[in-house]
Formats: sequence, structure tokens, C-alpha cells
Amino acid sequence: MTASLPVLVRGSDSDVSNKMAAPIALHLEFGGGAELLFDGVKEHHVILPDQSEPWDMKQLLVWIRANLLKERPELFVQGDTVRPGILVLINDADWELMGELRYELQDQDNVVFISTLHGG
Amino acid sequence: MVGWQAGKDSFYVDEEYNGQLEHVATPSVSKKCVKCKESTAVLIIRAVDAFCRCCFKEYFIHKFRAMLGKNRIIFPGEKVLLAVSGGPASSSMLSQVKEGLSRDAPKKLRFVPGIIHIDEGGASGQSMEDRRRAVAQVESVLRSSNYPYHIVYLEQALNLPSSVLEVGSSATEKLQTGPSYKAAVDQFIQTNQNLHPDLFLENAWSHLSSLSMQEVQNGLSNPITPENTQALQRLFASVRTLTAKEDLLQTLRQHLILHTARTEGYTKVMMGDSCSRLAIKLLSNISLGRGASLAMDTGFSDSRYGDVVIVRPMRDYSSKEIAYYNRMFDVPSVFIPGLDTKAQDKASIQRLTESFVNKLQTDFPATVSTIYRTSEKLHTACPPQNTNSPTFDKCLMCACSLDTNAEEFSAFKATLISEQLSQRRGPGPGLSLGTAGAPGPPPASFTGQGQCRSSDEGQRQGCGSREPGCCLSAEMPATLDLKSLLCYSCRLTIKDMTAVDILPQYILAEAERKKRRSHMRKEISEFLLEEEDEAKTS
Ligand SMILES: [Zn+2]
Ligand SMILES: [Zn+2]
Repeated sequence: MTASLPVLVRGSDSDVSNKMAAPIALHLEFGGGAELLFDGVKEHHVILPDQSEPWDMKQLLVWIRANLLKERPELFVQGDTVRPGILVLINDADWELMGELRYELQDQDNVVFISTLHGG
Repeated sequence: MVGWQAGKDSFYVDEEYNGQLEHVATPSVSKKCVKCKESTAVLIIRAVDAFCRCCFKEYFIHKFRAMLGKNRIIFPGEKVLLAVSGGPASSSMLSQVKEGLSRDAPKKLRFVPGIIHIDEGGASGQSMEDRRRAVAQVESVLRSSNYPYHIVYLEQALNLPSSVLEVGSSATEKLQTGPSYKAAVDQFIQTNQNLHPDLFLENAWSHLSSLSMQEVQNGLSNPITPENTQALQRLFASVRTLTAKEDLLQTLRQHLILHTARTEGYTKVMMGDSCSRLAIKLLSNISLGRGASLAMDTGFSDSRYGDVVIVRPMRDYSSKEIAYYNRMFDVPSVFIPGLDTKAQDKASIQRLTESFVNKLQTDFPATVSTIYRTSEKLHTACPPQNTNSPTFDKCLMCACSLDTNAEEFSAFKATLISEQLSQRRGPGPGLSLGTAGAPGPPPASFTGQGQCRSSDEGQRQGCGSREPGCCLSAEMPATLDLKSLLCYSCRLTIKDMTAVDILPQYILAEAERKKRRSHMRKEISEFLLEEEDEAKTS
């Protein structure tokens, strides 16, 4: 049981990063009215293409803006982060506990965006 | 507290480590809960405090009962109407009421809840099909609560009786009562008063819910007509700005809730305004010129209607806490598009303020709660609602105390003067600056259309003098002059309408009645004994 400890802290270990070049599958969910910007579709299963460095949240937002958003990107992304008033949960935990934009995405991660804005 | 995140690290980790270490697998150091100091935190609230799932649930539930306990305003057995829009905050409120009433703990809540949902789709021009779908979704949430519920359509505001605008005394009985429903409740309460309170409440609920089901079915067989919807849409189309539309919607919604509460015998109404929503309301109300009624508009309880008191038990929760609670503990809510859906940040004052507050929340998390705590410290200078005070001192539309009887150097007077100055250039008689600056109620004819009837230059003295309504001749003018009956903010709303006479009949009729009364009072004033004199002689 001691053997696996070192690899637990991902991203701090360059060996691990190399293994992560493969495409990753994510489950994205939009709620609280944010889904309206995605044709009303709440759940999306997406596969992020393989790239040299690991995917982080910042890159995911860029990817969502380019590939998923159907209209009015300014109502979802502002600057390089989400519009204020939209909550982000990574694997059902507050992304503020997970490093926010710097969080490195893992295969099968579940990312939820909930709008708390009036009218979505 | 482990295992609430699916263990997806099994590829890297021994199975037995899975639960314990899963959160280590993030770039940041995993935080422990500030409360129990054991479990892994899942969210940050109040800007810096990290909570685990269990402690968060406890904190959330405790806060609701503490809020009601601290304020001691709802009595055992009292009928309380929950206003549920289907949105996250009011749905969360419903879940807390359910939780609080079902508890075995000694602090169990003991009131009798009912629910009102208002379908507002008519205002934002949604199709009947979309509206029906949304109402069905909300209904399924309401039905699962087993409380009696009332589905009301915004169109029904057009047929409200003028009595809804009267500030009530506690005698709700005199107001027109609903059909079988209220009578059944009254009878039920009388025959069951000797039962054990818990048993009594439970019986009451089951009895009420069966009645409400019938009521709803009756409602379905008799839906609103397309003409109603068209009239409502004409009304909203006549309002030029989104700011004023939202204000008008708020007014109509409030009247419908009040009317339902009165006719069904509810004496308290619970609204689900969260602290985030109240911070937005507080700031936008200042911008909208509603400063005078801030304390009532955003406080825990609001007694402006006299017989029905509005309470806001969710005012200690941020929208983030609510969203997390709903998600973690499966509280269903329904997203229904509204007037401001997909609107830009600058589309209305309310929207702009919301975006400002949200940016504050992101960049300086502590400031939002500071804004909202400000509202707790606000008090109206004069006691807010004195039931003896004459009703013409209240705004016709929002029932707040009229703030237009302001001091000479207030912003309100300044606006009046500049408005009158710019009017003078136009055709027709203007108002003399001298009278405009004088203290006392504003001249009734500051409507901008200059339709003063005593337009004879020689007789101008009478016009613009102290008594409101002096400019109206005996017969009502084509465009009713509402402004003297409205607070500063509601005047601005009306100003954004292309025509005033398109307002619902109950508002126009009540305005006429008030005008006639103040006119009559003026005419007979010299024959009346002043109250003070009376007191001295007796
Ligand atoms: Zn804890
Ligand atoms: Zn008003």
C-alpha cells in the first residue's frame, strides 16, 4: 500500500504529465439557465483531443467557447474565466477548492456550471 | 465523510486508499472542513470558510430555523403562504419548510403552509405550450410537498378587485372570500381546535391538499382566455424600458399574491429572496429612487399591507449556498425564462446591478454580505405602518409610504423643478417656479402633458397649489393623472409607459376613487373639526 503514494500528487510529477497526453472524456453539465446558451441541452459528453500539455480548466473554457457555445459567448465566458454569477463544480466540489482555472482535468471528470443569475 | 465523489483514481491508486486520498489528487492542497476539522471540504462559503457536506447541511438547516426563531413572527397554527416561483431560492425555501415542519426536534416549526405559484409567461411573451409545460413541472414539485397550492396566472391580475390596493386592517373576513375553500378551512379549524396541535396540523394538511386538488382541476377547466393574454401583452408592450417592465411585473405579482393570501385566509407570505438577491434589490432600488422604502423592501418582515405580512426567511443565504444545497440534496427546481433571460448586462438597472454585485462577489467576496447587512441596519425614520394613518398617504401601486412629500432641497424637488422648467417652453401654461419650490405635496399636474384644466391665465393661482387633484375638473380627464398618488419610484415606472390608461382596471378605478375622496375632503375641510381640537375638548 505504500507503493502507490508518490503518483498521487498529479502535476507535480513530470512522469505523470507525460502519461496524460491521451484524449480525455468529460461529462459537462449546465444548469440554472446556463443551458439556454447550449441549445437548452443540459448534459454533454465530450472528448477533449489529445494535446502535448495536460488540459486545465482555463483551456476547457476556451474549448467550450469554440465548440459548444451556441450563442452570446459573453453571457458565459468573460475574460479568461466564467461570467461572475456562474458557479463551477468539479466532481461535485467547489472549484475554489480545486485550484479554479489551474485545475488539471482528468479523464472522466464531471464539470458542472450553474448560473445563479436571474433569468439564467 | 468519504466516498461522495466517485473514486476515479483507481487507475493510479490502491483501492483501499481511494476514498481517503481522492481530493489529494488536485493541484491545491485539499482543505479540511472548518467545522468538524475532519472531513474533506466540498465548498467555500462566506468567502473563506470551507465546509464538508454534512456540516454544510447542518449549517443550512439550522440557519432557517434560527431565522424564524429569532424573529418570532409566525405563530403556531398560522396559515403561511409560500411564494414559489420554481427558481432555486424559493424551491429551497419550500424544502426547508418541509424539513422544519417534519422534524421531531423540540424546535419544530408549527405553522400551516400553502403555496402560490404565479405563471408569468404572459409578460415575457412565451407560447401557451411552453407555459403549460413549465407550470406542469412546477406543479409536480408542489404536489410532492403535499401542501395545498394555488396556481395563478399573471393575466388574472387584470381582473383583480380594487380592494387589493387598500391597506388592510386585521379584519380579512370582510374582504370577498373565495368559494368553498375558505369556509371549509374555517369550519375545520373550529371543529379541530381541541386536538393535539401536531395531529391537528397533519389533519389540516391532508384536508387542504385534497381541496386544493379540486381547485386546481377547476382552474384547468377554466383557463385564462387568449384575450386576457393579449391584454397583458399590450400592457407590457406599452412599457418602453426593461427596468420599468420588471418593476411593473413585480407590482402585479405582489398584488396577486396579496389577493390570494387575503381571499384564502393566509396572514403571512414567505418570499424566497436570498441575500444575494436582496443585495441586488437594495442597490437597484436606490438607483430606482426607492430609497425611502428600502427597509421594508429588503428587511426580514414587511408589514406595509397591514393584514398580510411578508417575511423573507432566505435572506441569510447566498445564492451560492442555495445552489449547492439544492444540488447536493436533490432539491428540485424549475428554470423558467423571464423578462431578463439572455438580456445583456446593461439591459436594465436591475440587470446592471446584478452584474455589478456578482463581479464584487467574485473579486471581493466579503463585500456582498456587507451590502446586505446594511439593509438590516436601515430603519424608516417614522414608524412604517400605522394602521390609523389615512390610506391616501400610501403609494397606490407599491403601498409604501409616500415619499414625495419631501423637503425643499431633496433630489425629488430638484427633479420636479427641472421638469417644470423644461415644460415652460412648451405650449400651454406652465407652472410658476414659486409654487413648485414650496414645501407640501407636489402639484398634481406635473404630468408633462400640461393638461391643467384651469388654464385660464388669470386663474392660474388655483393650479399648482397645495392640494393634489386641484387640476382635475369634476369629470375625469381622458388621461388619468396618477402621479400624485404614486411614490417617486412608481412615478418613474409610469413615465416609461406610452399610455397610462392601459393599466389594469383595478388600479385606475382605485386611483379615481382616491382622487374623488381627496377632492371631497378638500371641499368639506372647513366644516371638519381637526382631530387635535377634538382631543382637547373631550
Ligand atoms: Zn465538517
Ligand atoms: Zn410606489
